[in-house]
Amino acid sequence: MNGELSLRATGSARRRLLRNRTAEISMVLAALVALAVLAILVGSVLVRALPALNLDLITKGPATDAFGRVTGGIAPAIVGSLMLVAIAAAIAIPIGVLTAVWVSEFAPKRLADQVKLYLDVLNGFPSIVIGIFVFGLAVKAKVPVVGIGHHQSAWAGGFALSIIMLPFIARTTMEVLALVPNHLREASYALGVSKWRTVLSIVLPTALGGIVTGTTLAVARAAGETAPLLFVCTYASATVTWDPSQPVSSIPFTIFSYSENADQHAHEQAWAAAFLLIAFVLVSSLTSRYFLDRSRRKLGQVG
Amino acid sequence: MEAASIPAQAALKRTRRRLDRLGDRGLYLLTGLAAFLSVAIVAAIAWQVIDKALPAIRHFGISFVWHSTWNPVTDVYGAREYLIGTLVTSFGAVLIAAPLSIAIGLFLSELAPPAVRGPIGSLVDMLAAVPSVVIGLWGIYVLLPVVHDHLEPWLHTAFGWIPLFGKPSPAGVFPAMLVLAIMATPIISSICRELFVSVPGDLEEAAIGLGATRWETVRGVVIPAVKGGVVAAIILGLGRALGEAIAVTQVIGNGVPIRLSLFQPGTTLASQLANQYSSQITPLSTASLIYLGLILLVITFTTNFIAQRIVHRFDKQRHS
Repeated sequence: MNGELSLRATGSARRRLLRNRTAEISMVLAALVALAVLAILVGSVLVRALPALNLDLITKGPATDAFGRVTGGIAPAIVGSLMLVAIAAAIAIPIGVLTAVWVSEFAPKRLADQVKLYLDVLNGFPSIVIGIFVFGLAVKAKVPVVGIGHHQSAWAGGFALSIIMLPFIARTTMEVLALVPNHLREASYALGVSKWRTVLSIVLPTALGGIVTGTTLAVARAAGETAPLLFVCTYASATVTWDPSQPVSSIPFTIFSYSENADQHAHEQAWAAAFLLIAFVLVSSLTSRYFLDRSRRKLGQVG
Repeated sequence: MEAASIPAQAALKRTRRRLDRLGDRGLYLLTGLAAFLSVAIVAAIAWQVIDKALPAIRHFGISFVWHSTWNPVTDVYGAREYLIGTLVTSFGAVLIAAPLSIAIGLFLSELAPPAVRGPIGSLVDMLAAVPSVVIGLWGIYVLLPVVHDHLEPWLHTAFGWIPLFGKPSPAGVFPAMLVLAIMATPIISSICRELFVSVPGDLEEAAIGLGATRWETVRGVVIPAVKGGVVAAIILGLGRALGEAIAVTQVIGNGVPIRLSLFQPGTTLASQLANQYSSQITPLSTASLIYLGLILLVITFTTNFIAQRIVHRFDKQRHS
């Protein structure tokens, strides 16, 4: 009216800006929802774990008092979990790293792609099916495998967890090996060094940081798995055992069975066990992620 | 002196060369064997599961898949209720998780200030690192009461005329969907973020240069450029939801038959396995239980295989 030019959007422009604003706000909200879920989850584990967090928890075995209430601690589960994860790592790390070396250093492209595809498919297998596999192979075997025998054992549980770890370790190692700059390999060849020595003394040491952190991530993941253990390693005694030919208790399985227990004290212990598990998993994956990023950046700079 | 050292050096060279040839071949064979083992384990798993399910396959045939009884007393088993439960919970979970994850992916790749992208991204990834048994425990004692006391009554009064939203119940299919959505979200969103970041900046700049708003750029350029990859990411999330056993068992209530209302208890293939692992009464019941695992394996293998093929194709495109 008075000849001033208005910069305020009108009509369709206004509608477009409004729609844009709505979309942006919902993106922010979505991220906030995810963060809130994580915060509530970790927060409630922390709060509810407190009543049962004491020295008994990690030093004593489970027991029941005169009223049939769950007392004691989860020491056998802690030892059992350590044993299972150690067995799993001992199987999965060499096979995973060697697989990655073959794929990134030796394999023709076509075969390399196939191996990667099948590793990813294995990674997507339901973990309970892996439990069934080991159940069929080692626990219910027609011909007992030497040393594993006809029954549940820590060997069988560790083997099941190693299958969970394997694709994870192989894939992250491949990723890191692919980042090792080619001119390092070429410099080594130019000096007349053979391929195997190049791989062992140039490629693997350069990638070591990344391999270690990738392995830590895999261990953290396997430590929290319950489903593969259900069929193969659950009938455990209430005392600490270090014998891997016997079934052992584990932290995730303890949480699982206590969570369905009607006893209030069992719930408290389940929360405390969950706290230990989550602390281990989150701390190890946070630190290893940090180091993985750092070694990636470092390798990126070299190249 | 000098003359004598030459043959010695030559001999040394020869042994070195022989050692190198041996080493090269040795490492090749060793690593090749490891790679073979890694692939063979996929086949071995399939073979074992089929082998152990064989008695049930022989006894019930393919009709096991659509028979609804599961009766240890008469030794008659069927997978229908569990199959439906698996499909309903997983698709429901993805229906919740997919839009949420795409929005998170967009936030992290397009909207967030660069300084917070890394930290928020890793926090969302952290959610994937939380063990499923802990999510399940949290589901029972924190999520279920809230869902039962607040969310379900609200949905029931608002949408009660749709039979899906029936009377609230302490445990059921709906909380299982929520739990699965929590688990699928970090998987889908982290793949989506990488896809969105991979869209060439000049395409987006061209759209903005033409006067498009950020949302129009996203709708018109970013999402269409990586549509296939986003679909694959969603299928991978679906695969994760299909196979989850522990957390679902803890919150779904483990009831058959599955009802029309999402708030009533149900069961899935994986949760039935997790629930019955210790109660194998007859050989046929064990074989039938493993038959359920076989059905689950077939479903997840198919979904994962399709999704991974798409993802691998995208990877190749990006590298070339």
